[in-house]
Amino acid sequence: MVERLGTLRELRDALAARAISSQQLVAQALERAVAGKSLHHYVGLRSKAALAEAAATDARRASGAARSPLDGVPIAIKDNMVQRGEATTCASRILEGFVSPYDSGVVEKLAAAGLIVIGRTNMDEFAMGSSTEHSIYGSAHNPWDLERTPGGSSGGSAGAVAFGSVPAALGSDTGGSIRQPAACCGVVGLKPTYGRVSRWGLVAFASSLDQIGPLARTTEDCALLLQVIAGHDRRDSTSLPEPVPDYTAALTGDVSDLVIGIPVEYFNAEGVDPEVLRCVRTAVVELEKAGAKTREVSLPHLRYAIATYYLLATAEASSNLARYDGVRYGRRAQDVRDLHELYRKTRSEGFGAEVKRRILLGTFVLSSGYYDAYYRKAQQVRTLLRRDFEEAFRSCNIIATPTAPEVAFRLGEKSDDPLTMYLSDVYTVSVNLAGIPGISLPCGFAHGMPVGLQLLGRALEEAVLLRTADAYQRRSDWHTRTPPEVA
Amino acid sequence: MSSNYEIVIGLEVHTQLATRSKLFSTAPVVYGAPPNHSVSPVCLGLPGVLPVLNARAVELAIRTALALHCKVHTRSVFARKNYFYPDLPKGYQISQYEEPIATGGYLEIETESAQGEMHSKRIGITRVHMEEDAGKSIHDAASGAGNGSLVDLNRAGVPLLEIVSEPDLRSPEEARAYLRSLRSLLRYIEVSEADMEKGQFRCDANISLRTAGAPRLGTRTELKNLNSFRFVEGALRAEIERQAGILDAGGTVQQATLAYDPASRRTRVLRLKENADDYRYFPDPDLVPLVFDDEKVESVRANLPELPAQKLARFEQQYELSEYDARLLTANRSLADFFEASVVEYGQPKPVANWILRDLLQLLNTRDVDIEALALTPALLAQLIRLVDAGRVTARHARELFPELAERGGDPAVLIRERGLEAVSDGGLLERTADEVIAAHPDSVERYKNGEEKLLNFLMGQVMQRTQGKANPQAIRELLARKLTRIIHETP
Repeated sequence: MVERLGTLRELRDALAARAISSQQLVAQALERAVAGKSLHHYVGLRSKAALAEAAATDARRASGAARSPLDGVPIAIKDNMVQRGEATTCASRILEGFVSPYDSGVVEKLAAAGLIVIGRTNMDEFAMGSSTEHSIYGSAHNPWDLERTPGGSSGGSAGAVAFGSVPAALGSDTGGSIRQPAACCGVVGLKPTYGRVSRWGLVAFASSLDQIGPLARTTEDCALLLQVIAGHDRRDSTSLPEPVPDYTAALTGDVSDLVIGIPVEYFNAEGVDPEVLRCVRTAVVELEKAGAKTREVSLPHLRYAIATYYLLATAEASSNLARYDGVRYGRRAQDVRDLHELYRKTRSEGFGAEVKRRILLGTFVLSSGYYDAYYRKAQQVRTLLRRDFEEAFRSCNIIATPTAPEVAFRLGEKSDDPLTMYLSDVYTVSVNLAGIPGISLPCGFAHGMPVGLQLLGRALEEAVLLRTADAYQRRSDWHTRTPPEVA
Repeated sequence: MSSNYEIVIGLEVHTQLATRSKLFSTAPVVYGAPPNHSVSPVCLGLPGVLPVLNARAVELAIRTALALHCKVHTRSVFARKNYFYPDLPKGYQISQYEEPIATGGYLEIETESAQGEMHSKRIGITRVHMEEDAGKSIHDAASGAGNGSLVDLNRAGVPLLEIVSEPDLRSPEEARAYLRSLRSLLRYIEVSEADMEKGQFRCDANISLRTAGAPRLGTRTELKNLNSFRFVEGALRAEIERQAGILDAGGTVQQATLAYDPASRRTRVLRLKENADDYRYFPDPDLVPLVFDDEKVESVRANLPELPAQKLARFEQQYELSEYDARLLTANRSLADFFEASVVEYGQPKPVANWILRDLLQLLNTRDVDIEALALTPALLAQLIRLVDAGRVTARHARELFPELAERGGDPAVLIRERGLEAVSDGGLLERTADEVIAAHPDSVERYKNGEEKLLNFLMGQVMQRTQGKANPQAIRELLARKLTRIIHETP
């Protein structure tokens, strides 16, 4: 089988040294993606277009006009970020046949830096799920154990990076959808501060929680990619205007000025695998050895996070997904007699069970008579949670937790048990509710599967977060482990 | 209908804000564009699009709120109103719900009492909020829809301002006066063209009846899409009759939404309230709350154009007009502007006011148009008045020519010449004609000499006839009087 691709930094350096061409890299990436086809990481490859773009890149570089040091590096994006002329389905039947006439903000940024999108990655339908099993393209597989899920909903992106068909990929994170699959696949995944990366062209699941971020094998690669995609976008009213700092320059390896908070509530959560906890605790000790101080912090409203999240996320989703009605684009049901049947049939046939469940839940949450008890109350709790984090961050710079309570579960294991599936989001959803940045990085193995350490930072302090994660990776080699090659 | 019911009406007006682009997208607002041409990915509700608020629309909303004496809220929130319809691309309309941009104002209206006296009345404004328009569904086979329906999304996302009145209106006439006054105000402050034919000014009405003096309001019904002033009055009359009929028969009015059919002059129930939709309003998470500071409000206030009431007072004083005349001249901004420009052209207000109040208003009423529809300019009107002053045309002929001149424009002097309506200013011709008339009517001259002064009018008429009405009557009168006096003195 064709070799896995190197890291973003390695490829950047190889291109700079003319040791390899972009065309070679893109061809290698495509070949490896095809070789791993059965893992269902991709929903579509841009073979022809990507190779053509690579040729253009090589010509640019030869004439000294490279767009950025990363010009010519192959990358993958999740199937919920639109790209002009490309199908975007969000792994849903209802978007069958939809080809975007416009580019998302992140696709524009990738193109401006010369990165080449080789394909679109698999996901849970409309990013609703934690296993990439809810996809019309079939369940994605975890490269570490093909019987297990890669996590979700950005399971295709995490799986592709772990498998090595791309050095990095973009995912989206509404309640953990970058960090949890990163943890499951033993790669690094960063959810930036809400508003740091433009949502223009990201198909909405829950607008107030959705955020695009990078997945890669190293923290440094995440920093490199975040540098490319971060920044203000006038087309996104929730986009933040603050200037983007130099993220790689922040990676000094020094954490002696930092205090890491250990939230008691997180470590005492029910249902967490002791093996997972052991890995995380050991990682924190390693950071202490690197000079960081630790202290206990408290997030008293944390126990309401999952309930709050599932009320708000489903409410927003029920409205965001109303536009898929079969009238203008995507799938339209045939043989209908009237408008109501058009809606009913189109949406019944077009959406999968999990999406329907959440639309129904969200519709209920917003209904007259229940709004105050559910939606409004959840917004109030969200404010309390945000304050909890603000309070905790008064006495620490970083908060450390497990990313997920367990390692990647087996395919089908939780399909019939949505509540258990929702509970696996316990460590991640509060971060989206608070709008702060979070990163998951490999910190060991439990039951033969990778374990993720989650680090959380203050709003817009991605640089501190990346510095801490990078410092840990300088003292550990978990991120250099690769899954066994598929036979 | 029994006269012992008190009529209670509140109006909801949607007016289109005069912006170049839509409320949440850069797509242009164009009237009459081919279907689905004035659209962007945002208007189409494509996956991944996001709304960005049009700053100009906010300014216009604040301006309107100030002109309506409302409290402007420096923090307001856009909400989603969720419902399915093919011309609603996102499956929700972005509107303002719990926190609108302005609340609590009033609008002055003029009403006429049964005795014909004008009274002014304050109608409370409950709230003013911004929202986006939906598209247009076409179910008409003639438009190519066949058995199906077509959707035109050009209008989707066009900025609207919803202005909700208190239930302070007590008759269809008051409702009409309110709408006229509101439309005039919106045009005055240039926030909306408010052209009803273009759908830029639309009205829904809430109406209920109660026994005079009853403490509580009766059950109200809502009349939808009343899209002309005549329609509004007709629909309200029909609905009052319907409700009164129910109440007279001892029944109860059911809360419902109705439509008006002008052909049958009846209202028809569209749906009862118990089937009312649940719009599941919630704050739009794609938009941040709209926040501005008091300075913003003050800067809009500072740039507010003169309001109708202020203009009325100024006209009375500056141009020495009666309140009645000033009110007519300030009834709409374009007429008021025309008057002032004409005064500048001509130099004096009184003759200009006379021409406008008499001839121009009559023409506008007959034609049922606004002054913009005419070719008449202030310069043209001033020129015409000067021609009369100079005796180049008689006032009567000038007035005859006025409608044509106003509609088609051109040089009044040339038109007068073409029509052969130049006043006879040739002193010799007039003198000869007068002599001829005196010579032809010795009896009348004799009777005049004997004190029958009214015979002067008869002789005048004869001169007018012989000069085909082109002579200035005053000049003829003076000429004849002079000649006759001379004859009286000369004859023993």
